[in-house]
Amino acid sequence: MSGPGRSGLLFDESTLFERSRPGRTGVQVEPLPASVPLIDPQAIWGAEHVRDDIEGFPELSEFDVVRHFTRISQWNLGIDSAAYPLGSCTMKYNPKLNEVVAALAGFQSLHPLAPDEATQGILALGHALEQALIEISGLDRVTLQPAAGAQGEFVGMQLVQAYHRAHGGASRNEVIIPDTAHGTNPASAALSGMQVVEVKSGPDGTLTPEALAAVVGPRTSALMLTNPNTLGIFEHHVQDLANVIHEAGGLVYLDGANMNALLGVAKPGDMGVDVMHFNLHKTFSTPHGGGGPGSGPVAVRNLLAPYLPTPIIRKEGDRYRLDHEFPHSIGRVHAFYGNVGMWIRALAYIRSLGGTGLGEVTQMAVLNANYLLERLREHYGTAQTGRVMHECVLTDKLQQEHHVSTADIGKRLMDHGFHPPTIYFPLVIAGALMIEPTETESLDSLDGLADSLIAIAQEAKTDPEHVRAAPHRTFVRRVDEVRAARKPKLRWTPPERE
Amino acid sequence: MAAKKDYEIPEDCRYTQSDEWVRIDNDGARIGLTDYAQSELSDVVFVELPEVGSQIEAGEPFGVVESVKAVSDLIAPISGEVIAVHQALDEHPEWVNEDPYGRGWIVCIEPEDAEALDSLMSTEAYRKHVEERAAS
Repeated sequence: MSGPGRSGLLFDESTLFERSRPGRTGVQVEPLPASVPLIDPQAIWGAEHVRDDIEGFPELSEFDVVRHFTRISQWNLGIDSAAYPLGSCTMKYNPKLNEVVAALAGFQSLHPLAPDEATQGILALGHALEQALIEISGLDRVTLQPAAGAQGEFVGMQLVQAYHRAHGGASRNEVIIPDTAHGTNPASAALSGMQVVEVKSGPDGTLTPEALAAVVGPRTSALMLTNPNTLGIFEHHVQDLANVIHEAGGLVYLDGANMNALLGVAKPGDMGVDVMHFNLHKTFSTPHGGGGPGSGPVAVRNLLAPYLPTPIIRKEGDRYRLDHEFPHSIGRVHAFYGNVGMWIRALAYIRSLGGTGLGEVTQMAVLNANYLLERLREHYGTAQTGRVMHECVLTDKLQQEHHVSTADIGKRLMDHGFHPPTIYFPLVIAGALMIEPTETESLDSLDGLADSLIAIAQEAKTDPEHVRAAPHRTFVRRVDEVRAARKPKLRWTPPERE
Repeated sequence: MAAKKDYEIPEDCRYTQSDEWVRIDNDGARIGLTDYAQSELSDVVFVELPEVGSQIEAGEPFGVVESVKAVSDLIAPISGEVIAVHQALDEHPEWVNEDPYGRGWIVCIEPEDAEALDSLMSTEAYRKHVEERAAS
């Protein structure tokens, strides 16, 4: 039996600035011998190149810092301590094997400016990861450079625009985005200088070819599709949608954030997708949600390959090199080569599961989401009558008469020892609770989550005030989100200056 | 079924499908969000305003309203030139919630065509529009 315990010891913890004591340091350095001349850096390099002393910089021992961060981490709920069913985020377990491999000295001590001859190992690894993502996507080429999903989307849009410019389509500036797409999609399109055309999904929550045909035209640049969409529903018209876009001269972008529902089972390339991003930090078990950085490789069909960011990894015989000569490239999108540490972890994950294992990931992720939906269907509102893919969407509709909202349900779930689901998203569903259990939660864990949500639905009837005042057991109780948003306090300031 | 709420829908305004109101006063056409919209959004934390002198087009976004729950576009009910924006909302976004038809006003425009208002919903039509959505 697991769950929140009856007792525990958590520490109040002041900020590092408040813990500071004059003269305390992490290391003590021997005084310099007299033979080392004292210099005045300002006289040598000029005052503008010499940093001022930082007033109020905390003075602490190493042990102070370790305890500080350990203590505040104990207030937290994370994937290593509890189920984290945050819809659309794929908070799966991050196998420790990934960390072992990433910590190998040959990877960890690598210098980004080391020449190709000295970095054959990491180049081979990058190439192998590209090949794996090509196989998984059914597309032709991959860049590993983008830092995360949203930058992958931005790169995808830049590639699409570069393609259109090179093919007489410079005036194609409209990106069609269904109302069930990820919220970053319109932002990425707008940041790329495109106009966003929103198209409504049909009654079953998917986009129809008819609806799409009504909005395509000579200005159509691309369709940005999230599949499965944010309702957790597979866009079953995807091939017809791709045909409509291709006939109009546009390209199809797939937001690959939900690849945990396709991995090893269905290939975006077979669906007519031309370009997509992966989230290594979602689908391929690299850390995120505070543990990142992310990594958002982009896969393309050959027609977009000339525009990929530089440098690209080239394999010549059994040697690898970084190719910077790429005349039609959109250019570099990340310092050096990307978040290389995440490539290592993702490849470790792919290799340790193998093709069959990756397919089983998808099967279990879909089974788990459907299991939860069926267990919770009577207790919460849901628009989902049929099967879902890797996530399901419930609502607070049945709790509204007791004046208990989605936010209250999420807060109360923390008292049961679970991270809240994604709330109030997707926007097309009022009061949405978007739940993605992932394949790594056991049946015990799923039942624990379902039992807790059912208990909260009951409590909403019998003691709604208690649900509204939740969380009761967390170290930090209900925070004032309104005041935090209206009057944000973004950094610590000395008390006398407030 | 949600507890039925009585939303304020003043007779001196016209309304859009996307829950903005317009009222003609001495300065021009004043625009804001309806009581229903502010209630659905919950606590408003930020309003992004257009620039004075800019042109807004009926049916097109002219600003953004952000609440603790969601971020949504403000859609122009009618076309015209922005003659005033409610800058005080920077400091007091909560006015949109507290007094949506008064202190919570968002922009004031010089309408391109005064008769454009006729194409918008009356109090009665807007009340139906709200009730239909509350029931679904």
